[in-house]
Amino acid sequence: MKVTKIMKNPNFRSKFKSDYVGLLYIAPWIIGFLVFQLYPFITSFIYSFTDLSLLKTPNFVGLSNYKNLLTNDKLFYQSLKITLIYVLVAVPGKLLFALFIAMILNMKLKLINFYRTIYYMPSILGGSVALAVLWRFLFARNGLVNIVLSKLSIPAIDWLGNPDIALYTISFLTIWQFGSSMVLFLAGLKQIPAELYEAAKVDGAGRIRSFFNITLPMLTPIIFFNLIMQTINAFQQFTSAFVITKGGPLKSTYLYGLMLYDYGFKYFRMGYASAQSWILFAIIMCLTLLVFKSSPYWTYYEDGGDF
Amino acid sequence: MKKVLNKIVVYMFLTILGIVMIYPLLWLISSSFRTNQEIFTSMGLIPKQIITDSYVKGWRGSGQYSYGVFFLNTFKLVIPTVLFTLISSVLVAYGFARFKFPLKKFLFAMMISTLMLPNAVIIIPRYILYRNLGWLDSYLPFTIPALFATYSFFIFMLVQFIRGIPRELDESARIDGCNSFDILVRIIIPLSKPALFSAGIFQFIWRWNDFLNVLIYITSVRKYTLSLALRMSMDITDSVAWNQLMAMSVLTMVPPILIFFFAQKYFVEGIATTGLKG
Repeated sequence: MKVTKIMKNPNFRSKFKSDYVGLLYIAPWIIGFLVFQLYPFITSFIYSFTDLSLLKTPNFVGLSNYKNLLTNDKLFYQSLKITLIYVLVAVPGKLLFALFIAMILNMKLKLINFYRTIYYMPSILGGSVALAVLWRFLFARNGLVNIVLSKLSIPAIDWLGNPDIALYTISFLTIWQFGSSMVLFLAGLKQIPAELYEAAKVDGAGRIRSFFNITLPMLTPIIFFNLIMQTINAFQQFTSAFVITKGGPLKSTYLYGLMLYDYGFKYFRMGYASAQSWILFAIIMCLTLLVFKSSPYWTYYEDGGDF
Repeated sequence: MKKVLNKIVVYMFLTILGIVMIYPLLWLISSSFRTNQEIFTSMGLIPKQIITDSYVKGWRGSGQYSYGVFFLNTFKLVIPTVLFTLISSVLVAYGFARFKFPLKKFLFAMMISTLMLPNAVIIIPRYILYRNLGWLDSYLPFTIPALFATYSFFIFMLVQFIRGIPRELDESARIDGCNSFDILVRIIIPLSKPALFSAGIFQFIWRWNDFLNVLIYITSVRKYTLSLALRMSMDITDSVAWNQLMAMSVLTMVPPILIFFFAQKYFVEGIATTGLKG
């Protein structure tokens, strides 16, 4: 009696049916996830314990790839070091600059859309080869930047040829593309209720105090996401260093992505490259976890943090 | 008075920054019309003598294959990938946004976590997988994964958007006799047009600019996309024909920039509503 009553209830039927319909809709993703993401993820871990290369049958070598990397591979440490420098310069540089400009553009000025468009332009071209070509010309020994400097009577700088400078020239290309982060911050700033600032003003808070007590806390969720995504991307940066400097001079721009490419697809030492990629993954995971775990202390969610 | 002065300083700063941002691009365009001797001597924007044979000669590409071929190849790769991404992503996003099913929370969490899965970790097994499938040196490594919704960023973006569409619309359509697929086609997709549009634009531009993946999967010059062609031109012309390389760089930038200008609204809204990717 009771059961038939439930069965006759149209809500029950539609709900029961939609269970499977929903799975049907997400089926393409489930297949894609298993085949193109989960399977490669697991196999790359297995590969990292082998001497896999396309030239011969692979053997299990235990931990020796990792041991080799960590104890005997000077290039690995060099690459890791400069990648960390790159991430530490480019990511905060980009985000701080984006935040700063977004704050200015939020001051209710005229022509905001015009400025926003111009600042966004370089981001459109992302990591394209064309932009890397442009960078090579701009920072060549007799390129535009040095021509401008000479007009200001400043001696020419070897932007791409000096091992102490080249990495920063490449980081600058990343920072130059601050536009997309800026647009995000600008959208976040627009959502901060004006009453908060008015209330702060009544309480006698100055500009600097309302920045630290209102603006920054309200923006932290956006900063948080940006920080994580930009960091993950920066660790894998490839195109700029590969095209502009080819990792040189003296391996000073030999980013981790270049090393992975060399071992994986130039020397075809794919087991070794897999181990390298898992070390990178471990580093990225640790940093992401650190940001996640620390986020309750510095991110502020109006709805209590459920996102 | 102080306020006015402040404003002037701010505008000056914004304008100078604007020049710094845009000048390199303008300089690239102008230099592509200069003679090679002039490129490295002048900082102005107006060439002393305008030449166009940089474009004519540059267009010839490798000799055997011209930039016409490379443009066509890029479109052959990018357009199906974009279309497949949109179709598969909207289906999956609809499933996540509107239905209850077993393990939904878990699956959604997996989907989100793939956003943070570094490409570097999976690229080697993927290469071997595609090699075994015979997909190397074709565009299948780009189009087929797109068909299976592996660009999870867009799923996330569309889920966010579809959640914002009032459920009452679905309900009233259901009463009118629509099944779930009708609802998707007649209600959800038309109302999601802005989000679909911005997803399409982003995917277009990212695929257009992509270099690492084509470098790995595409080997024959006949199938080169523009990124690979430019790199090749760079190696060939390393010490001589800079203006040709610049001319071709300018041309490859044209489609993304055109799209940006025509669809600016969707760009800004797209990143603003998802709040995710930088």
